[in-house]
Amino acid sequence: MLHVRNPGSHWLPEPVRRGLTFWRRSIQARVVASTLLLSAAVISVVGWFLLQQTRDGLLDHRVDAVVAQSNDETEAARKLLSTAPGTDSDVVSQQQALAATIIQRGETRGFSAVLFGPADSGGRIDDGGATFTPRLDTSSVPESLEEHFDDSSETAWTYTTIRTTSADGVPSEEPGIAVGSQVQLPADSQTYTLYYLFPLSEQDETLDLVSRALLTAGALLLVLVAGITWLVTRQVVTPIRMARRVAERLAAGQLQERLKVSGEDDLARLATSFNQMASNLQRQIRQLEELSRVQRRFVSDVSHELRTPLTTVRMAADVLHDARKDFDPTTARAAELLQMELDRFETLLVDLLEISRFDAGAAVLELDDVNLVDVAHRIVDATRPLAEQRHVTVVVSAPDHPCLAEADVRRVERIVRNLVTNAIDHAATDRLEAGIVVHVGGDENAAAIAVRDYGVGLAPGEASMVFNRFWRADPARARTSGGTGLGLSISLEDTHLHGGWLQAWGRPGEGAQFRLTLPRRAGGVLRHSPLPLVPADVTEPVG
Amino acid sequence: MDTMSEPAGTSSGQPSEMAAKGRILVVDDDAALAEMLTIVLRQEGFESRMVTRGDLALDEFRAYRPDVVLLDLMLPGKDGIDVCKEIRAESGVPIVMLTAKGDTVDVVVGLESGADDYVVKPFKPKELVARIRARVRRFDSPTQENLVIGDLSIDVAGHSVTRAGEQIGLTPLEFDLLVCLARKPWQVFTREVLLEQVWGYRHAADTRLVNVHVQRLRSKVEHDPENPEIVVTVRGVGYKAGTA
Repeated sequence: MLHVRNPGSHWLPEPVRRGLTFWRRSIQARVVASTLLLSAAVISVVGWFLLQQTRDGLLDHRVDAVVAQSNDETEAARKLLSTAPGTDSDVVSQQQALAATIIQRGETRGFSAVLFGPADSGGRIDDGGATFTPRLDTSSVPESLEEHFDDSSETAWTYTTIRTTSADGVPSEEPGIAVGSQVQLPADSQTYTLYYLFPLSEQDETLDLVSRALLTAGALLLVLVAGITWLVTRQVVTPIRMARRVAERLAAGQLQERLKVSGEDDLARLATSFNQMASNLQRQIRQLEELSRVQRRFVSDVSHELRTPLTTVRMAADVLHDARKDFDPTTARAAELLQMELDRFETLLVDLLEISRFDAGAAVLELDDVNLVDVAHRIVDATRPLAEQRHVTVVVSAPDHPCLAEADVRRVERIVRNLVTNAIDHAATDRLEAGIVVHVGGDENAAAIAVRDYGVGLAPGEASMVFNRFWRADPARARTSGGTGLGLSISLEDTHLHGGWLQAWGRPGEGAQFRLTLPRRAGGVLRHSPLPLVPADVTEPVG
Repeated sequence: MDTMSEPAGTSSGQPSEMAAKGRILVVDDDAALAEMLTIVLRQEGFESRMVTRGDLALDEFRAYRPDVVLLDLMLPGKDGIDVCKEIRAESGVPIVMLTAKGDTVDVVVGLESGADDYVVKPFKPKELVARIRARVRRFDSPTQENLVIGDLSIDVAGHSVTRAGEQIGLTPLEFDLLVCLARKPWQVFTREVLLEQVWGYRHAADTRLVNVHVQRLRSKVEHDPENPEIVVTVRGVGYKAGTA
């Protein structure tokens, strides 16, 4: 079986869906989120830049200090060597003495030192023969610095990693600066290279501190920005939300609702315009209500004015009608005609008043559960005298179960009575199968009654016109049942009042079918009817 | 009260020779209608008199002492509703409203102001006469009968309701309604059944008549009309006599 998934987000878990809904609905959330995102980006860039600047400054400063100190040390070493007795030719001891002096100074001043040479031998520290601070790994001196002295004797420096081994044999690493400079040993007039290794741990700590501070400041700033944005958007959004609420209440009919106006800013002006609009609407609606009230009043008055003389005429006609056997035949017939036409006049007046009540919107429903099967039987029984007079048979075709709809039984009966009498009027009496079938059907969403006749039928386009007021299929045709021409219009209004459908189908020579569909529950939306509009016994023309 | 020697339905004879079945006061501003009503009523054997102004209705009522009042709602001089209240204040005489409005509000206001029944214009003369007959019908002399409902005792023949020896004033219609319920305290009466037995309708009519009159009856006989104990509502069915 193929399942077609809805394009919506029905498959998402509930909290996610609720979150998405909040996101879609709340301007405030979106503004705060985007502000937060942008601020985070800006703060990151600024923080990164600051951190770079601080690091560069710190290192430059340290390098300057370190190089100056190295120069001092080298100078001190040279002085020491120059004061040594020139005849002392013990190279090793002189070398040892120099190294010891510098190493000792280094230990008190916080640097490590390596003495290596002679430089002209072209060897490397790794080959051995260097004198250095205890527990220092000689690989701490970068090869690039060593190579520098192959063709230059200038003092030089570079960044490096200082590797040491602690007293209990645990190796450790830290960033540092290596400075190299050369001295001449008087004993053998050979050049030796002195490497000073200064640790950068202090700068490292400072940098750590600065970055921590920057991170904290950045985070706090973000929170602050979020808070401020929340507050600022709230100032704007709150009046908008209030306006929305008031608009909703206005839409729900509470016309006296107004926005509170404070100040003279844009929001206040929005509120003023909104209130102005509401006032205008209220006035217009009041005017319309007043008009409708006046119209209803007029209809009511007219009804009174018409009904009183009609009652008198009616009574007079009754008196004449009762006494007609004392009159000569012509006058007696006149009295009969008077009586009959008064009946029609009265029906017409009642129908007109009913229509004007619909037009004034004064019609109300008295709802109850109505079984359309019962209604069909009642109406068919009630119209039997008329049907027999026309030699038309009316049968009900209903299911065994009740077909229920929440409706005003008086109005539903009026609709069905109109449909059935209309069908009796139009059933072709000259044909043998002159019968009318009242179909009833219902399901859990709707109930329907379809009245099928086999009369003259409807010409194309007439199906939509039959509900027009005073419309007649054939103006030349004799009016037989004395219908007012308003019956189907009233039925349609009654149906609309229920939120139902009243539709007509017809084809010349094949009869017609009128179908009433009512929702099972009052206010329910109709999607389909339990009965077909085109009768099952009709074959669709091919092509 | 004149005797009812003439059987009903022999109205085609000479009205002047017939003994009147009852006196009817017609209050309607439309002179033609009022006169027509008089003609029809005379044919049916009733004696009648007409008033065309609301403010004259009460004086005429006092002078004529009718058995039934036909009252139009729209009257010059004084509103029909007010006339109805004034007549009701001093008499229980049956009042039938003639109304051109079938709208719920008008009918209910009219009934609440004291009318017993109403007919909507344009009415058929036979229908009106049937209603009037139903109102006059009570004058059939009842047999001696005493009923008890709650703490009320009813003397049907003497047409009086007493509570602890104290008389309670009811209109004839309210009295009939109470008697109908009290005669069969075990039975729940639907509104349709009450309409038939009290108002004398053979086919279904407006059940609002029953609702309004039950309210009016309660306001007179109940200790607390909000919590009725004499005339009890049976939800979805109708009314019955209280067992208290």
